[in-house]
Amino acid sequence: MKLLILGATSAIAQEALKPFAKERADFFLVARDKVKLAAVAGDLRTRGAGKVEEYPADLNNLSIHQNLIDTALANLNGIDIILIAYGTLSNQEACQGSVDETLREFTTNCLSIISLLTRLANYCEQQRHGCIAVISSVAGDRGRKSNYVYGTAKGALSIFLQGLRNRLMNANVQVITVKPGFVNTPMTKGLQKNALFAEPEFVGKKIYQAIKKRQDIVYVPGFWRLIMFGIRCIPERIFKSRSL
Amino acid sequence: MNNYQSWGQYPRSTPQTVLPMHWSNDSVPFSSSDRTFLPYACGRSYGDSCLNNDGTLLDVRSLRRFISFDDHTGVLRCESGVTISEILHLVVEKGWFIPVTPGTQFVSVGGAIANDIHGKNHHQAGTFGRHVRSFELLRSSGERFMCSRQQNSDLFCATIGGLGLTGIITWAEIQLKPVFGPWIATQRCRFSNLNDFFDLSAQADQAFEYTVAWIDCFSKGSALGRGIFIRGNHQNATQCPSAPPKSRTKFTMPLNSPFALFNSTTLKLFNYAYYYNSPKKASISFEPYDRFFYPLDSIQHANRLYGSKGFLQYQCVIPRQDQEEGIQALLSHIQRSKQGSSLAVLKQFGSIASPGILSFPRPGTTLALDFPYRGNRTLNLLSDLDEIVVSLGGAVYPAKDARMSSYHFQQYFPKWKEFSRYIDKKFSSNFWRRVTETADVPTNIEMDQ
Repeated sequence: MKLLILGATSAIAQEALKPFAKERADFFLVARDKVKLAAVAGDLRTRGAGKVEEYPADLNNLSIHQNLIDTALANLNGIDIILIAYGTLSNQEACQGSVDETLREFTTNCLSIISLLTRLANYCEQQRHGCIAVISSVAGDRGRKSNYVYGTAKGALSIFLQGLRNRLMNANVQVITVKPGFVNTPMTKGLQKNALFAEPEFVGKKIYQAIKKRQDIVYVPGFWRLIMFGIRCIPERIFKSRSL
Repeated sequence: MNNYQSWGQYPRSTPQTVLPMHWSNDSVPFSSSDRTFLPYACGRSYGDSCLNNDGTLLDVRSLRRFISFDDHTGVLRCESGVTISEILHLVVEKGWFIPVTPGTQFVSVGGAIANDIHGKNHHQAGTFGRHVRSFELLRSSGERFMCSRQQNSDLFCATIGGLGLTGIITWAEIQLKPVFGPWIATQRCRFSNLNDFFDLSAQADQAFEYTVAWIDCFSKGSALGRGIFIRGNHQNATQCPSAPPKSRTKFTMPLNSPFALFNSTTLKLFNYAYYYNSPKKASISFEPYDRFFYPLDSIQHANRLYGSKGFLQYQCVIPRQDQEEGIQALLSHIQRSKQGSSLAVLKQFGSIASPGILSFPRPGTTLALDFPYRGNRTLNLLSDLDEIVVSLGGAVYPAKDARMSSYHFQQYFPKWKEFSRYIDKKFSSNFWRRVTETADVPTNIEMDQ
């Protein structure tokens, strides 16, 4: 099994990859920080991974995407599973005050991923098999004042993935949208933790299971499916005056 | 959600801040605060040695990556937040095992070193610290010290059993031991009293790697110290049960029990049934390693069975020359107090020395007991037990302790002053402040690279 991981130093990605390493998969790992990438690679190799290639790169730089994908394909000699796990938790207030900040966040959390997916989808469609799993968020299910820049990016991403799922169905390519709620990771270090926070081990395990079971849209933990359904049902004239 | 308590949930504690460390090369803002720091991983210390009220806890549980494993030599290098459970899941199927394991697999490598943990094989293998080859220690100066028997050996010896006070262990290298498979060949038999325990133990320790006894602490008179003796060895090359071990179904305690499930009546009944249900004569059976070593791990958050008041564990060691007399005195006193221990375990320690300055095990017999916390009754009982232990030159285990006095600690660990010179000046714990309350603590050594 050959995996391309974009955002390999994500806390959730690290957990999701562990069972694949035990199954002796080959990995092409992409992340910005070389030292962290080496630590993740060492962990996967010790757990039983086959080949592990480390490729430091900033995925916000859209011009490198094609070269990156070509290198991954050549290195792995094909790709079976793609996991996109990078992102930033946008500072809503900072974004409100700065167009540049807003567009930068949107590039990181949406446009850069769309750039990668457009190329990867074509490849997977051609080879007529594969699995693309992308970490989106429950925040994309409805816009709310506390995080709508982040929510917009994730919402746009979720719709893009939905379309991709529809298109690639006949090519035997699975597209999985993972929608975690709150997760206890470096990304959420500024947030007050409460009982709703899931651990990266739990979310990673669910991603592994979703890939194995070829699922579509996966809320993690599952109770978020119900919560977000409820949130989506609230009429706009009521929701707009709330601070949810 | 982690509320950063200790395993006994007594005393309750609130750190002022919790700072997670996600990568071993992360820098920690030691100078950003006047308050002290303490590493925290799995929180399986029973008392307050893993707590730092009003200070900062450094949550190192995310340091849980493997670095390398040589399956020819059995040398494993991993970050300090990796648990014994994670190590065993990796290495057992490759024919290796952890050289020393405590009664739960959910302790971190850092915690195992910091408490210099021991197991049922102490008489043959010594403590965990004996099998540590090296580790990296991060001090509040920002410097990282490579510690081993050859390099920074004084810091190496201070950190083993050093309760996390010398700095943060970021990664460690351990020598594992070879095994033929996941099974343990075990024998269990009941014995009638304490004298029988010492006889059984003396015989068993030669031929069995793992030995321990469960004791019925309600028994009295001629039956004082009756119990069940458990001994085991790793399977040999030819012993191989046909089916692989099944993973055990786990039960979880989602919340604290609304009341302590253990009282004198329930415990007496349980002990009676458990004792008489065990055979008089031992016969061999095979158990998967996790059932033999970690019976209580099948209940996740088993500590919640004691309710929100929590419980205290008292583990002491009585030196060899007075062990029979000492254990008899302790068991008699507990029996007379009518405060039942829900778990009483007895084992003989061997003579293998640990490199750790503040190491707990010494040649003699160790007794470990759990008591539901019932206020001053419980604390007074444990103080009485301290008087017996200190009069015989024994010691009480810091990893399990929530209440020993500074006088007793300093008697139990005469090298405590030597150890304290290696404590990092920005590190402290509830435990350390308590046991040095009435002492002149020597100034810390400034470490140079």
